Amino acid sequence: MSARRLNAAGVVFVSVVMAGGCSGGGSDAIQIGLNLELTGDVPKVGEHSRVAAEMFVEEVNSAGGLDVGGEMRQLELTIEDNGGTAEGAAAAAAKLITQDEVLLLVGPNASVAAVPAGEIANNEATLMISPWSTNPATTLNRPWVFRAPFLDTFQGPVLANFATNEFGAEAACVLYDVASDAPVGQAENFISRWRELHGPDSVVAIETFTTGDRDFSAQLTNVGASGCEVFFVPQYYNEVPLIVEQAHAQGLAMPILGTDAWGDPQLLELCGSDCDGYYFSNHYVASGATGATAEFIEDFKERHGEEPSDVGALTWDSMRLAAQAVQNCGTLTGTLVDDRTCVRDGMAEITDFDGVTGQMSFDEQGDPIKCAVIVRIEDSAVTFHDSVCP
Amino acid sequence: MKGTGIRMLIGGVVALTVVPAWIGLYNNYVQFLITLIGINVILAASLNLINGYMGEFSVGHAAFMGVGAYTCSLLTVWLLTQDAVFGAPVLAPALSLVIFPATLVIGGVAAAVFSLLVAVPSFRTRGDYLAIITLAVNFIFKSMVENIGSIGGPRGFMGMGSVISAMNRILPAPWLMIWTLLASILTLYVIHNFVNSTLGKGVVAIRDDEIAAEVMTVDTRRLKMIVFLLGCGLAGVAGGLHAHLLGFINPASYFILQSVMVLVMVYLGGMGSLSGSVVSAIGFTLLLEFLRPMGVVRWVAIPLLLILLMLFRPTGLMGDRELPDVFPRLRRYFPSPEDTLMEEAGVEA
Amino acid sequence: MGWETFLQHVLNGMQLGSFLALIAVGYTMVYGVLLLINFAHGDVFMVGAYGGMFIGLFLLGAYDMHLPFGLPAWTILPLTILLTMVVTSAVGVTIERVAYRPLRRKGANRLYLVITALMFGLLLEHANLAVLGARDRQFPDLFAKRTFDLGGVSVTNVRILVIVISFVAMGLVGYLVQRTRWGMAMRAISYDRLAAPLMGISVDRVIVGTFVVGACLAALAGVMYGTAFPILRYDMGLLVGWQAFIAAVLGGIGSIRGAVVGGYLLGFIQVLVVASPLPSTFRDLITFSILMAILVLRPTGLFGVARRTKV
Repeated sequence: MSARRLNAAGVVFVSVVMAGGCSGGGSDAIQIGLNLELTGDVPKVGEHSRVAAEMFVEEVNSAGGLDVGGEMRQLELTIEDNGGTAEGAAAAAAKLITQDEVLLLVGPNASVAAVPAGEIANNEATLMISPWSTNPATTLNRPWVFRAPFLDTFQGPVLANFATNEFGAEAACVLYDVASDAPVGQAENFISRWRELHGPDSVVAIETFTTGDRDFSAQLTNVGASGCEVFFVPQYYNEVPLIVEQAHAQGLAMPILGTDAWGDPQLLELCGSDCDGYYFSNHYVASGATGATAEFIEDFKERHGEEPSDVGALTWDSMRLAAQAVQNCGTLTGTLVDDRTCVRDGMAEITDFDGVTGQMSFDEQGDPIKCAVIVRIEDSAVTFHDSVCP
Repeated sequence: MKGTGIRMLIGGVVALTVVPAWIGLYNNYVQFLITLIGINVILAASLNLINGYMGEFSVGHAAFMGVGAYTCSLLTVWLLTQDAVFGAPVLAPALSLVIFPATLVIGGVAAAVFSLLVAVPSFRTRGDYLAIITLAVNFIFKSMVENIGSIGGPRGFMGMGSVISAMNRILPAPWLMIWTLLASILTLYVIHNFVNSTLGKGVVAIRDDEIAAEVMTVDTRRLKMIVFLLGCGLAGVAGGLHAHLLGFINPASYFILQSVMVLVMVYLGGMGSLSGSVVSAIGFTLLLEFLRPMGVVRWVAIPLLLILLMLFRPTGLMGDRELPDVFPRLRRYFPSPEDTLMEEAGVEA
Repeated sequence: MGWETFLQHVLNGMQLGSFLALIAVGYTMVYGVLLLINFAHGDVFMVGAYGGMFIGLFLLGAYDMHLPFGLPAWTILPLTILLTMVVTSAVGVTIERVAYRPLRRKGANRLYLVITALMFGLLLEHANLAVLGARDRQFPDLFAKRTFDLGGVSVTNVRILVIVISFVAMGLVGYLVQRTRWGMAMRAISYDRLAAPLMGISVDRVIVGTFVVGACLAALAGVMYGTAFPILRYDMGLLVGWQAFIAAVLGGIGSIRGAVVGGYLLGFIQVLVVASPLPSTFRDLITFSILMAILVLRPTGLFGVARRTKV
């Protein structure tokens, strides 16, 4: 008897979902879809992204809305959790685009989510802006997908050049997570550039670990024995302190370099003074920021209790880019297909956009042409060291 | 299954899913869901064969799914599309309607071959020790693919979207959904017939008492081999479909979490109940999607719900009964083998 | 490879192995009495680490609400461990009462218990994520960390402490299981579940005790892990949990000695693969292939007893 009721409930359930597939939507507000990693491997990425987006929407709405061709329109966010997986990202993208009928998408951030989501956005002719994905495949040959950060192909060589010039180093070591998208890409790009500069045997130790490992002693022992002059660790802010602590415990004294994956404010809190004297590349520098950037940082800090990570800053810029795209479009007719095309064209028109993460224009692939900053850690603070532009 | 029953089932499924999708009544999200449900049905049914009917504890199903996914994708992208890794298509994209199912089958065969890694040790190892081997297979597959940089490694591999587009160019239709539903129905048909055949009885005998089965002339080694090859091969087919649904594959998608999800679906439905696997695959997929707006809390609510379900129905949704046992009216269309025997003997049901 | 480098690797393996062994013993004890793979155990370890963090911070006076008296520095670590053991035991016993016992009473197939265990693990993880948020937490320094250089080999006092404390703990558990009446009851239940109550053994109480011991070991592992690797994540129990499970089965599930050996073996294999001239990208591939090979050669694990079944 109970099984029958269960079955009946199931039928009702399925029909409700199916029926939902035929529903339309319509309200005056501009619907923006957020496809975020709220659970899974990198929940903090999703969290900061969400906070930055919500902050932007609140700010715009409380000022009366977004001025679209003379009309003031409110912004509305629809947030879906993609769980940090490819399947979740695809499902969330499909839902946001076809079910929730959003005007455009912001996110996902992680490349393993952004690449499949971008496929769906591209097929469904909907603009998608990824705030954080650095894998070239996200935007490659996809006229509907754009991104805010610079690519791995840019960042790796930047650091290789920097290390050569700053330290006069000839031999380098690399430690990275073999199971993680961005570190693999950045390591590969760094290594190939280093070999271009210093010869085929100049990377004297290439060590790897798997996501979730905490004990790097074995790999660090190998690094210590290799005699390299500079150590490249393109890992995340919550792994770097462990790596650095263990490296110091083994007596490794060479300078350690990182990428924007170090760029979370918690890095300093978790690392303490261990990380002093090290460098990493990033999108912007929080300390010494002025104007709109400083305001953004202060507001975020007030709202969430900590400074924004690079994901937060990039999401802020992505939202502003989205708003700019809508404004460039000029008029929203109400027909979703036309509006989405109009907004996408508005996005492609953007040049010399002033973001908190730097000034950017977009190339044909939808990738930004922007500069990276190299920052130095000193006295548990991050200070500007150099700027590198393409 | 009797003829009318099958025809009714297929007709019903087609009417509910393919036809509305073809005429545009379902949006892409619903089509995505239906395809995903179909894939999960194949996964749950095939794992049920190994875990439910044969009573093993395999926690490695995602690895075979992954083998199938990668094999199938690499083949279709190489043969049918212009791609950065492989270059120009080897065969005309117009052939995709024929090539795609062929690559699915090849993916399944590759997964079946890979399953020998588990099948052969299963001759001597049982229970939880075999579980470790299946778990180890998960790690081995992931590590293997991560080390093959030419197909992307952890950065993943893509290009399958163009294959679907090629099929759409020949004839616009919800092709992936059609292939998936075909595969699901075929899977259920094969497994149902296998389980009700003499071989199937042998499999259940192994579950109940392996030594006694051996004594009763059941060739346990051969049967274990068959079950693993079949179950894991079908998982490979599901993997190929999954890869083309997402248009992008990476090793992390076919790791322990995915294995656990399939495991949950099987036990939720009831070990040894094929219709239970189908019901729970449908229900679980929909539940996951329906609760997505809950964000983080989704993954607090779902385990809680499942724990409660386990506490109140400790044998899963359907235990080891099939749908006709729960709804006797269905007996007319899906007679069990006992019914057929009685009918032939002239006994009134 | 130089002598010092080799010794360094040995020490690395010992530490990693200690963690795995501590958690593997918890798995194996519960399996011995219940034939249940308590997949929630890895997350009990996570609770231990987080609990240790909160308790440690409290004892160090980091919160507004703190003890009215200061504590001598050397007492903080043992106190933290003891209090954390209380917390994790509570969690472990709750899981047993709420989930496993009702299912056992209903005679559910043990595989359904396993699924319930998995679900509990997921629940613990995501409850952590939902309540504490996504920020990584830093484990406090419960004592001053120092590094010694012994003839070219760098050793931290943390590493020595982990290895020593693990040995002591496992020695205690061994004593408990082999030399006490309670331990004898536990072993009796794992030999013959039906006969044990006939001999006057309260099965339920022994089972609860087993969970408590396992949870205490997990708490110890959690606190030491937090000390050695001070950054905590909500899913930290996942990987360690699965690896400890593999270690327990490798050693022969149900055998405590096996769990210990399995843990150290797995730790050493992982470290030595990295230490070898092979590229470290192959670490997982090789480690798990070796594991499979061992299981094929010894299908019931290293110390597992092949169960004889009457036909």
